[in-house]
Amino acid sequence: MAGRETDTPIAANASEPAAAGPMVDLTAASEVTAADVPPAILAQSLGQYLRAWWQRIRGGDSGVLPVLLGIIIVAVAFQAISPENSYLRPSNLVYIFELSTVYIVLATAEIAVLLLGEIDLSIGSVALLGGTIAFKLVQVNPGPNWPWWAAILTALVCCGFIGAIQGTLVSRVRIPSFVVTLAGFLLFQGIIILILGGADGTLTVSSQVPNQSVIFNLVQGVIGPLAGWVALAVLVLIAGTAIWIRGASRRRSGLVAPPASLIAIRIAFLAAMGVAVVAICGVNLPAGVPEVVPIVLAIVGLWTLLLQRTQFGRYVYAIGGNPEAARRAGVNLALVRTASFALCSATAGFGGILLGSFFYGQYSSNAADPGQLILYSVAAAVIGGTSLFGGRGKPIHALLGGLLIGGIAYGVSLLSLGTLSTPLSYILPGSVLLIAVLVDVLSRRGARTGSVSRV
Amino acid sequence: MNHDPGGAVSAGASAPAEPLMKLRGIDKHFGPVQALYQVNLDLPAGQVTGLCGDNGAGKSVLVRCIAGVHQADHGQIFFEGHPVHIHTTRDAASLGIETVYQDLALADNLDIVQNMFLGRERLRRGLLDEDSMERAAAETLSSLRVTTVRSIRQPVASLSGGQRQSVAVAKAVMWNSKVVLLDEPTAALGVVQTGMVLDLVRRLRDRGLAVMVISHNLNDVFAVADRIAVLHLGRMVAEGPATDFDRQSVIEYMTTGTGRLRAPVGAVAAGGSV
Repeated sequence: MAGRETDTPIAANASEPAAAGPMVDLTAASEVTAADVPPAILAQSLGQYLRAWWQRIRGGDSGVLPVLLGIIIVAVAFQAISPENSYLRPSNLVYIFELSTVYIVLATAEIAVLLLGEIDLSIGSVALLGGTIAFKLVQVNPGPNWPWWAAILTALVCCGFIGAIQGTLVSRVRIPSFVVTLAGFLLFQGIIILILGGADGTLTVSSQVPNQSVIFNLVQGVIGPLAGWVALAVLVLIAGTAIWIRGASRRRSGLVAPPASLIAIRIAFLAAMGVAVVAICGVNLPAGVPEVVPIVLAIVGLWTLLLQRTQFGRYVYAIGGNPEAARRAGVNLALVRTASFALCSATAGFGGILLGSFFYGQYSSNAADPGQLILYSVAAAVIGGTSLFGGRGKPIHALLGGLLIGGIAYGVSLLSLGTLSTPLSYILPGSVLLIAVLVDVLSRRGARTGSVSRV
Repeated sequence: MNHDPGGAVSAGASAPAEPLMKLRGIDKHFGPVQALYQVNLDLPAGQVTGLCGDNGAGKSVLVRCIAGVHQADHGQIFFEGHPVHIHTTRDAASLGIETVYQDLALADNLDIVQNMFLGRERLRRGLLDEDSMERAAAETLSSLRVTTVRSIRQPVASLSGGQRQSVAVAKAVMWNSKVVLLDEPTAALGVVQTGMVLDLVRRLRDRGLAVMVISHNLNDVFAVADRIAVLHLGRMVAEGPATDFDRQSVIEYMTTGTGRLRAPVGAVAAGGSV
C-alpha cells in the first residue's frame, strides 16, 4: 500500500510545466535575496542578536512574544479588577499552574497533529476516557485494584490505540481529520458514560488508599520546599551545562552558534523562572511545588526532544510543510501521520488522568466539558504560536499558551460575576482563540507576500 | 561564469566510450495511449544531454521511466554496461540516479540542511546529528559554488527561485549520484537566475556526472548541452552531438518529427551564450 502510494501522486503532480509550485515571480535579481537571510542566523554578537530579534518581530515573525505579552496583560488586568486585587496571590498562582497543566498537556498533544496540518477534535473526550479508564482500574471494592502504574499504562495504551485508529482513518482511508475526530469526540463521550456506569456515575480515587494516592497526588501532591530547591538547582545545572556544551561544540567545529553571552542570559532566565516558581509555591499552603510541575515539564521536554531531535519529528515537520516533498524523500506518510495521532491521543489520555487528580480524585460524566477542553487546548497551542496550517510550532508554545488560557479561565471565575461567569468562560477564550488564529493567518499571508517580493 | 567546459569534456566527447546509461527500445503506454515508442537514448558520463520535445512528446514520461516512477512496458535499460530493472524510485536512487522535478519538492518550513537530508538523515545515538549534516551540506554547496546563500540554516521559504533550484540540485548530487535528471530547471526563473542554474549544470558535468536536462527553452539547451535528443509524439526522432544541430533543425524535429542536421561546421557557436 505504502509503496503504491509513493508512486502515483508523483505522476499526478509533477506533470507538464503548468504548476510552477511556490515559485512565483522570479524575475527579480537574486543578489537582493542574499541579503535577506533571517538575520538571527548570521548574528555573532549579543547586539546583533538583539537587533535581529527586533527585525524579526517587525517582519511579523514574532515567535513567543505575543503570548508572553498576553500573559503579562492578563496578569495585570485581572490583578487590577479582581476582588481585593487577589489574582496574583501565591495560592491563586499555584492554582493557575495546576489548572493550566491540563491545557498544557492537551495542547502539547494537539501540536503533534497540528504540525501535520491536521486537527484532532477528539482529544477532550480521549482525555476524559483515559482518565476514566485509569480511575476504573484502581478501584478497590468493587474493582480490579490494579497497581497505579499498570492502570496509567493501560489507559495510555488504550488512548494510543484509539489515536492509531483515527490516524489510520485519516491517513489511509483519507477521511478528513476534522470529521473523523468529531465523530470520535461524540463516540468516546458515550463510552465514558458506559464506564462510569450511567450519566450520574462517579469514580473516586482517595489519598488514603496508598495505591490510589499516587494518582490522587499527581496534581494535588507537592514536593517539599527543600526538595524543590534541590531539584531546581540540579535541573538548572544539567540544562545549563547541556546548552553550554552544545554551543561550545558547535563553535569548536566551525558552525554558527549563538554568542556565549546570549546562552548565559538564556540560562539565567531559565534559572530565574525556576526560582520564581519554587518561591511562589513555597509560600503557598501546603508549601512546595506541585508534583505536576515537573511532570508537565517532562512531557513538554520529551515532546520537544521527539519533534526537534528525531527523524520522526523531522518528518512531521516535513509533512506539514510539503507532503509531496516528504513523499518523494521516501517518508512513509501514512505511518508518520498515524503515529502522530496515536502519540497525540496517548498524551491527551495522560492529561485526562491529571484532570481527575486536579478534581481532587473525582471523576464524573460532568467533571469537565470535553468540548471546552478541545477549545482551550487548540487555543493554547495557537496562541502559543503554533500554526493551524501545519509545519510550524513547538511544544513550548503549548506551555505558554496553556498558562495564558488557564490564567484567563481562572481570572474569569475569580471575578464572581454571577450569571455572567459561565458565558464569559466561553466567550473570552473563544475570542482569544479567534484573535490568535487571525494573527496566524495574517502572519502567514504576510510571510507569503513577503517571500514573493523577496524572490 | 565558466563557459569553457574544460579539457575533460572535450576528451569525453571525442572518445565516445560506452555511455554510462543506455536506453534501448523503451515502450510505454497508458491505456490506449502510446506515450513512448521504441525509444533509444544514451546518457554518457561527463556530458549534458538536452532532451527537447513539444508538449506531450513524452519527455516527462521518459524521465519518470528512468527515475523509477513509471516502468517501461518493453525495452531495456543498461547502467554501466549491465542491464538493470528500475521498478521504484528507490531502485533508481540506489543506482545513483537522482531526479530534480520541476516543482523541486522542498519543504518551505525546513532549512536548507534539513531539506538536503530529508529522508536520509544522519543519526547519532538515535538522534539527528545536525552538526555532521550541516557540515556535509555546506561542503556540497561550496563544492558546487552555490555561494549566494548566506546561511544554510535559513528556511527554504526565504530563498529565491534560483537558490531553491540550486538547493534541489545540490540535494540530488549529495549522494554520490552518477546520473542527474533535471526537469525544466529554468522554467520559472529570470535571466540572472537561469544563468546561475546553467552554471551549476556545467559544474555537474565537470564532475563527470551524466546530466540530462529537459527544457522548452532552446537557448538553455544550446547553452549547456553537449548532446541533444528530440522526442516527437513518443518517438526519438533525432539524437546526436549538439554541434550537429542548430535552433532551426531542433524546432523542425520538435514540430514535424523530421528535419535535417546542419552541416557540421565546428564548435558550439550557435547560442553558446544566453
